[in-house]
Amino acid sequence: MRALAVAAHGLVFSYPDGHRALDGFDLEVSAGERVALLGPNGAGKTTFALHLNGIHVAEAGTVAIGDLRVAEPDLAEVRRRVGLVFQHADDQLFMPSVREDVAFGPANLGLRGGELDGRVERALVAVGAADVADRAPHHLSGGEKRRVALATVLAMEPDVLVLDEPTSGLDPAGRRELVEVLRSLAQTQIVITHDLPFALELCERAVIVDHGRVVAEGATAAVLGDAELLRAHRLELPYGFDPAVASRGR
Amino acid sequence: MHAPDGFLNAGTAVATGAISAGAIGVGLRQAREQLADRQVPLAGISAAFIFAAQMFNFPVAAGTTGHLLGGALAAILLGPAVGSVVVAVVVIVQALLFADGGVSALGYNVLNMAVVTAFGGYAVFRGLLRLLPRTATGVVFASGIAAGVSVVLSATAFSLEWLFGATFPVPFDTVFGAMVGVHLLIGIGEGVLTGLTVGAVLAARPDLVAGVHDLDRVALRDRASIGMRGFLLAGALVALLLATVVSQFAAPAPDGLERVAEDTGIAEVARDHALADAPFADYATHGLRNESLSLAVAGTAGVVITLAVGAGLVAAVRRGRGRGRASEGEHEHGPARAGVG
Amino acid sequence: MGAGHAHALYQHGHSTVHRMGPEAKLAAGFASVVAIATTPREAVWAFALHAAVLAAVVTAAELPPRFVLRRLAIVLPFVAFAFTIPFVAGGEEVTVLGVGLSRDGLWGTWNVLAKAVLGASVSIVVAGTTEEARIFKGLERLRVPVAITLIATFMLRYLTLIADELRRTRVAMRARGYAPRWLWEARPVASAAGAVFVRSYERGERVHAAMLARGFTGTMPELDTRTATRADWLRGATVAGVVAATALAAAVTT
Repeated sequence: MRALAVAAHGLVFSYPDGHRALDGFDLEVSAGERVALLGPNGAGKTTFALHLNGIHVAEAGTVAIGDLRVAEPDLAEVRRRVGLVFQHADDQLFMPSVREDVAFGPANLGLRGGELDGRVERALVAVGAADVADRAPHHLSGGEKRRVALATVLAMEPDVLVLDEPTSGLDPAGRRELVEVLRSLAQTQIVITHDLPFALELCERAVIVDHGRVVAEGATAAVLGDAELLRAHRLELPYGFDPAVASRGR
Repeated sequence: MHAPDGFLNAGTAVATGAISAGAIGVGLRQAREQLADRQVPLAGISAAFIFAAQMFNFPVAAGTTGHLLGGALAAILLGPAVGSVVVAVVVIVQALLFADGGVSALGYNVLNMAVVTAFGGYAVFRGLLRLLPRTATGVVFASGIAAGVSVVLSATAFSLEWLFGATFPVPFDTVFGAMVGVHLLIGIGEGVLTGLTVGAVLAARPDLVAGVHDLDRVALRDRASIGMRGFLLAGALVALLLATVVSQFAAPAPDGLERVAEDTGIAEVARDHALADAPFADYATHGLRNESLSLAVAGTAGVVITLAVGAGLVAAVRRGRGRGRASEGEHEHGPARAGVG
Repeated sequence: MGAGHAHALYQHGHSTVHRMGPEAKLAAGFASVVAIATTPREAVWAFALHAAVLAAVVTAAELPPRFVLRRLAIVLPFVAFAFTIPFVAGGEEVTVLGVGLSRDGLWGTWNVLAKAVLGASVSIVVAGTTEEARIFKGLERLRVPVAITLIATFMLRYLTLIADELRRTRVAMRARGYAPRWLWEARPVASAAGAVFVRSYERGERVHAAMLARGFTGTMPELDTRTATRADWLRGATVAGVVAATALAAAVTT
């Protein structure tokens, strides 16, 4: 078995308003694996993602990224290792230009000069966005924003990528370009999505999250083939989509 | 209200610049304590909200529209410190990038539109909360009145600056009367809009209304049921009250204050010496119907504004201290409910 | 307010003025505005000279005159106001076309007009030749507190998003037949504003989380290292020097 990239055990977390978002959340992800996190709205998927780099701190349970516990004094290194791509690209792209935005993370790691420029360049090339480097983020198309948001975390050379609803709001071409970029990356990937065909296309394993914990997991094709399971957790395949047929074509 | 370059004389521009810089400096320090490293994104995006709200038209009468100024709104929603900084940034960017208001006029524009409205408006808001029931209805009402008054305070502050920095011959009492008169009407709109907006935020996320951070959340749960009619009526009443007070002072006939002055012989002395060595601009005192009386009005107005802004500053500082202790180490994973997954 | 904000502020270009380091450009602009604002109003020739210098800078910046004129519309309310001054001002009267006007008031009109237009033009040239982000970088190098410049940077980044959000809410209301004409019909507008504030604040919290996720520790990394050169400072000093010398000469001679 490959080494564990992510190991979360027994996470419990409540928001200040009392809502319990995580309630005994367990998940292990091997290095290089791509895992889809499926589940209804409010299941705790995003809250879990924010535990992976210590933005939220669990009341109980532990998270480890590789050999590091997600806690001080290793928080800075954890945040380098875990690249979080937020659901709304506009929340992630806050600097005045694409180049500065991609540089923000590695610059916080202390990189400067040619080394920093190289990181920015490589990250933008990896997502096919080198041509928009000097544009303002708010002038980009939805698809470009999403790929640039991915570049901002790739520039930190993370071990684990966590993507929150990466395909929401993308047109079909933008979605296909994103799939191609993600499949070309070697990082361990955790993908939160409602887009079940996208999960099938990208991830070998799928996990269903509901009421703050993992309720089912298995090979993506098998999970998506279990109509009963999907219905129980408010998940629906697009009309006419047959996962068995689709995965055969892969 | 965005005065252009050279509207007031250089001395006034410099003096108001110094006052503004000092007040915003205090605001910045307290804001840092209140928000820590969340300061930049939260204050920045709130500033964008205030700026956008100023471009957002609302109906006034017969289809004509007006827009929010937002100083008191920012102070009530974000606290006086963050609120004053946010509005100051809006005013500065409007001058620098949009050429709206002069760059050399920033001293008085920031003072009138950010410092006086945010700190003064907040002091009025907190003062009213002492008198009103500490419920959503009370908070909405206090917000509305405070916002309306903040606009009048701002107009009064401008009139006072005119006394020192006039650049053409319109006497102080004419400017004062006109500015306050017009802004009483503007203030009604500002008050209604601010009150309702605070009410809407209070209903959705009471924890985001910084101006009521110390009130009991449960008591705030009553649906603010204050009717539009009641609101307008209250606004009109307050406006009428202020108008009466102002016109009392500005009326040409001798009134109580002047009688006192004349009886005690102060008037004679004042008339001879009040303006002789005073730093007032000739234009603002030239043609005053009654010099000593006008100066008494100006003095009273000055005291009122100084007290209001001072009270707001004190509230900001005290609030910052209290908060700093209460939220220590909390902001890292604080209330950021970063989306629901 | 209003119309003026809809226009693009920055005109892309590669002129000498565009390439100047922002701190030198801002310092020169600020000094010029102060000099213009303190020029005695009676020295009409001095304002003509100021205008000539500005015209030269606009030409050097390769800014279309129409761009500058269109953006000058922002001072129109004050122009309208300025024309009322001779009617309300006191002092010696002169008769113009049979109407008695205050002589000092007329000077007041001229004073407000000339300074408002020239001062705004300076801002328009600076903003028209400097990307927004670099303006704030320049301010920072001129010792304006970093907190102010960063808040301003974030404000501009999210301004269009939030303004669009307000506009969309308004369209959605209109689509459902809401056409308010009076202040007491404003409650839905205020509810919308309140909702947009809540969403803005929550966005602020998400942006903060996104910053933390990429290693933010409270200070922004210094990335833009293109500082003003000695030549930039010299150019700025020349322009500001001419304007200031004109203002000084005007003050001495009047």
